[in-house]
Amino acid sequence: MEDPPREGPVPDAPGLELIANALREHVGADVVVETSYYREQACVEVTPSALLAVLKFLKEDQTQGYGFLASVHGVDYLPEAPRLGVHYELLNMRRVERIRVKVRLEIDDPHVASAVELFPTADFQEREIYDFFGVIFDGHPDLRRILMPEDYEGFPQRRDFALGGEPVMFTHNEPEGPGWYE
Amino acid sequence: MTPDSANGSDNPGGALPNPFYTDQPGSPEEFRARQLRAREMLKGDIESDDFEKYVEEAVMLTTLDKALNWARSQTVFPMTFGLACCAIEMMSIVSARYDVARFGSEAFRASPRQADLLILSGRVSIKMAPVIRRIYDQMLEPKWVIAMGACSSSGGVFSNYAIVQGADKFLPIDVHVPGCPPRPEALIYGLIKLQRKIKGNPDLGWRERYDAFGTEEYPYGTANAPHDVDLDQLIAERRLQKGNGRPAAGGSSA
Amino acid sequence: MTDRSTPTPEEIAEGTSPPDPLGVSYREREESITLSPLGQQIAEQREANRAERGNVSQADTALAPETELLTMNIGPHHPATHGVLRLLTTLEGEVVKETKPLIGYVHTGIEKNCEDKSYWKVIPLIERMDYVSYYFNALAYCMAVEKLLDEEVPERAQYLRVIHLELCRIHSHMVWLGTSALDLGAISMFWYCFRERDNVLDLFEMSSGQRMHTRFFQIGGVFEDIPTGFADKLRDFVQQMPGRIDQFADLLDSNEIFLQRMKGIGAVSEERLLELGVTGPLLRATGNPWDLRKAAPYSSYDDFDFKVPVGTVGDNYDRYKVRLMELYESCKIIEQALDGLPEGPWITDNRKVALPPRHELATSMEALIHHFKLVTEGIRVPAGEVYLPIESPRGELGCFVRSDGSSKPARLHMREPSFVNLQALSDMAKDTYLADLIATLAMLDPILGGIDR
Repeated sequence: MEDPPREGPVPDAPGLELIANALREHVGADVVVETSYYREQACVEVTPSALLAVLKFLKEDQTQGYGFLASVHGVDYLPEAPRLGVHYELLNMRRVERIRVKVRLEIDDPHVASAVELFPTADFQEREIYDFFGVIFDGHPDLRRILMPEDYEGFPQRRDFALGGEPVMFTHNEPEGPGWYE
Repeated sequence: MTPDSANGSDNPGGALPNPFYTDQPGSPEEFRARQLRAREMLKGDIESDDFEKYVEEAVMLTTLDKALNWARSQTVFPMTFGLACCAIEMMSIVSARYDVARFGSEAFRASPRQADLLILSGRVSIKMAPVIRRIYDQMLEPKWVIAMGACSSSGGVFSNYAIVQGADKFLPIDVHVPGCPPRPEALIYGLIKLQRKIKGNPDLGWRERYDAFGTEEYPYGTANAPHDVDLDQLIAERRLQKGNGRPAAGGSSA
Repeated sequence: MTDRSTPTPEEIAEGTSPPDPLGVSYREREESITLSPLGQQIAEQREANRAERGNVSQADTALAPETELLTMNIGPHHPATHGVLRLLTTLEGEVVKETKPLIGYVHTGIEKNCEDKSYWKVIPLIERMDYVSYYFNALAYCMAVEKLLDEEVPERAQYLRVIHLELCRIHSHMVWLGTSALDLGAISMFWYCFRERDNVLDLFEMSSGQRMHTRFFQIGGVFEDIPTGFADKLRDFVQQMPGRIDQFADLLDSNEIFLQRMKGIGAVSEERLLELGVTGPLLRATGNPWDLRKAAPYSSYDDFDFKVPVGTVGDNYDRYKVRLMELYESCKIIEQALDGLPEGPWITDNRKVALPPRHELATSMEALIHHFKLVTEGIRVPAGEVYLPIESPRGELGCFVRSDGSSKPARLHMREPSFVNLQALSDMAKDTYLADLIATLAMLDPILGGIDR
């Protein structure tokens, strides 16, 4: 907490580019696919194969120090390809800086390395993404469904999965209803 | 002068010439008839065997039934069973402000074997539904279910892949309480509705109450489920037995 | 434990790396839950004994009582699990060796449902996730959408939000304290806490008309100004609340049974908690003052003077004490917010985001058009992705919203603190008694609606 509080959001856009350059320098020349700075939030997209190395660098490098994994979430970008995405929200608690690391995965056979070794907090959250999006985290110690029943089939939060449920019966669609109420 | 009172004064103890008389227990006509019989008894017109029989049938049994149902309705033990948001409101009916003890239901039991009432307080997911059904099956008869809130009544706002669209898809529900979540007062009102239902002398077994024969895992009355049992015939037989002098479909409702 | 018909010793010996989850059938995976490493060790030891002596006696198949493990299922219906949590515990005698939470029994699919609703209609759904701290869910979502819209919230709305958030924090902690004390046998606390809870709910009812799930927060501000009389009633409440908290503390802090079940139980180091992603009072109980209200102030929290209570060792007692102290701070914040409540609008005047006031509809065609567009279509939010964390009573509550430019969110995810914190339960309950597991779980304060969503 010795660092003086900074003005404005951090890291800012140039700061994000510095981080991307550091990743290119220390992890690999082609690991960064894209950087985006939107609404004062920094996001760096990396190749799935380099994900673990990137997270490790961001966590353990002295100049970065993003030691806290706040959240992991899956996203389905349906019309776009590659369709699936996994987001890692990293947080530097000392400087109160956040950065989002993102990987995009193909819908067929989505595999990405598990971050549980690096951040044990990812355990449940990766299971949740496997449960809902079908992303397989290689090296996860216990990759099972977590919220849906174990014998459930399908990945319900993909966008091409039907919402399910029953239509609400109004007067206009009453004739199409099941009719048990008559 | 109304026809009823005319009959009462003109034909004391007669064979009930009132054409509007129906034999529905609890109807005003029936009550009037019993009143007249009682007057006869006081006069000494009914004697010996007739008198004994009448007392047994009319006074002892119906009154005992009523007393039993009244007692049953005022000591409903709900189960400590919370599902979601409504569970918090369900807990607060025990608290000092709402004080469900006034209605005899403050003793929440944690074991299904000791509870009479299952309050489905919240959304029922497809993963939870078998568990709830098992808990319901573990409860002893007579048992009652209140579906508290929109979710367990109809699925509520959660019309999706994970939620059972109304818990009455897998167990019989006696009272639905609307609201999201219902106020504690609403739940107490639902409880009073349930008490009225119990006082109305319903069938105590839930299969009898809801005409649910044929939903057993084995055909009714056969422990080992032989394959040559005609299920339809069994169900028809049970319905006949169950009718027992009363119309088969005449379940009472709150 | 470890009966003969389940996996062969070769399989167990080889089973250091987990099998591909897609290649194993459901039943086999269900078995794998109950196999603890300790059970494997004992099975190996038994096989070694047998190989040494060469004969199989009854004594070999029966384990010594002090090493016998018992796998016990708690839940999903259990009065002390604060909802439908299922715990698979491995016990050695009465000592918990391993705890596996099995969750999903109130999985509601809210995140999927939200993708089918316009931005407005998402708020009521979101509030039903963590059903004890509903204002926080609504705030995280509203602030995320405001961030996507780049919308400024009027200062009065921010102050009103703070008042309701802190009231909701009191509400949440009251439910926590009442039910936790009930689990520990202090039943009178339940009545006292629910009395205070009802006082909070009366205030909510006054400002919004509902007790729970009020939908008071809107995108761009709050739904309505507070009614006349609210401020007085709130001031009365805030003035009497600290005295009530004193009473709670007196009742519990001098209760020997309570203290024995709290002190020195369930302590986990700060480093381990950070690894597990634990935030909120659980982390603060170890002495780490991480509180987003201070670290990254939002909704004008930096205007208020309050302290972040921290513990020292991070046992159950510290967790209890931190939450109790937070109640005092919440009262202080509410008082300051009430004193400094600025005049002005309570919702943004951007007609693309918030409904025009009622009187304008009669005079202005433009207002009517905006009203029609908002009600029929909803807010159009520019495409983008935003993750917005706030400090809920249980820790960092983050809302991730991805917009594709339409009037419905393309993806919505809540980072629920209960869900993440639950992972620490196994560490906290390890090598404590089973009765302490209940106390630890109570102090963990999981809300199953938040865990399962």
